[in-house]
Amino acid sequence: MEATVAHVHLEPKGTFLIVWGWLLGLTGLETFLAYQHLALKVMLVMLMTISIIKASLIISYFMHLRYERKSLAFTLMPALVFVIGMLFVLFPDSVRLLEMRPH
Amino acid sequence: MAGPDTIASFHDTQSAESAWSGGVSPYAVVPKKLGMWLFIVSDAITFACLIIAYSYIRMASPSWPRPFLIWPSIINATVMTVVLLTSSITVVMAVRASKVSQRGTTALWLMATMLGGILFDVLHIHEWLSLIGEGVRLFTNPWGPPLFGGSFFILTGLHMLHVTIGVVYLGVIAWGFKRLKFTADDVEISGLYWHFVDLVWMFLFPLVYLLSAKTI
Repeated sequence: MEATVAHVHLEPKGTFLIVWGWLLGLTGLETFLAYQHLALKVMLVMLMTISIIKASLIISYFMHLRYERKSLAFTLMPALVFVIGMLFVLFPDSVRLLEMRPH
Repeated sequence: MAGPDTIASFHDTQSAESAWSGGVSPYAVVPKKLGMWLFIVSDAITFACLIIAYSYIRMASPSWPRPFLIWPSIINATVMTVVLLTSSITVVMAVRASKVSQRGTTALWLMATMLGGILFDVLHIHEWLSLIGEGVRLFTNPWGPPLFGGSFFILTGLHMLHVTIGVVYLGVIAWGFKRLKFTADDVEISGLYWHFVDLVWMFLFPLVYLLSAKTI
């Protein structure tokens, strides 16, 4: 019985509610930014930065990764970031397609 | 020679090594949780490929439609985002309740999460029907670049499929956990999947909707 109780460790509920509040606030900020007359590239960078912050909050707190042993994060995350980074090699080709389009 | 500090660090090294030498879980998680994490990483790569393909097509097109009016489309998509984020906090509550073996409470929180998922699907299908009503198809649309419809329907459709599968998955877990067929680990693992579905939407919402919002 004691062993069962000793294994149950719950993080404070308030932490998750604060993270939820931040996620809602950042969503509101994204929608607000979408209606500011900014250049598409600037908008893209700002929105993706906010999305990466939101994703990090979800992974760290809701998916509990910051409370797990570090080895789990170090096994999963660098591989994911590397593969997604490698996908960006395609973009110069999309610019080539646009530039070579007959006018 | 060997002081207390040296001995302590020696023991630390030993325990760190033994964690990697088999017989001990190096990640300190149950195997099926590691399995779900590996699935999530591979599924994240699937979505990343589709998002990159969408961005590739959009960059290669001289113009791209921005058909989404603030009302109803952007407001609708913002409400969908809030619904999905809220369903993530209800699943967090389900996981907490499951860890202290509150089986009824866990099932209730999971059902609240399922309701969130169903509401998300209903709002999204409504959006789809309105676009289809405007003449958007996989390879044609009234505004020009033919792949607008294809990229929109495939990206959001795959995500909607994940939400729908998640609703069924959570339903099975809620049913089984209440009847002692599943453990708190199973609830936590289903929660991981649900948070991942939420996470993917955090990228689809700005990329598909906000960057195609009609601002004038």
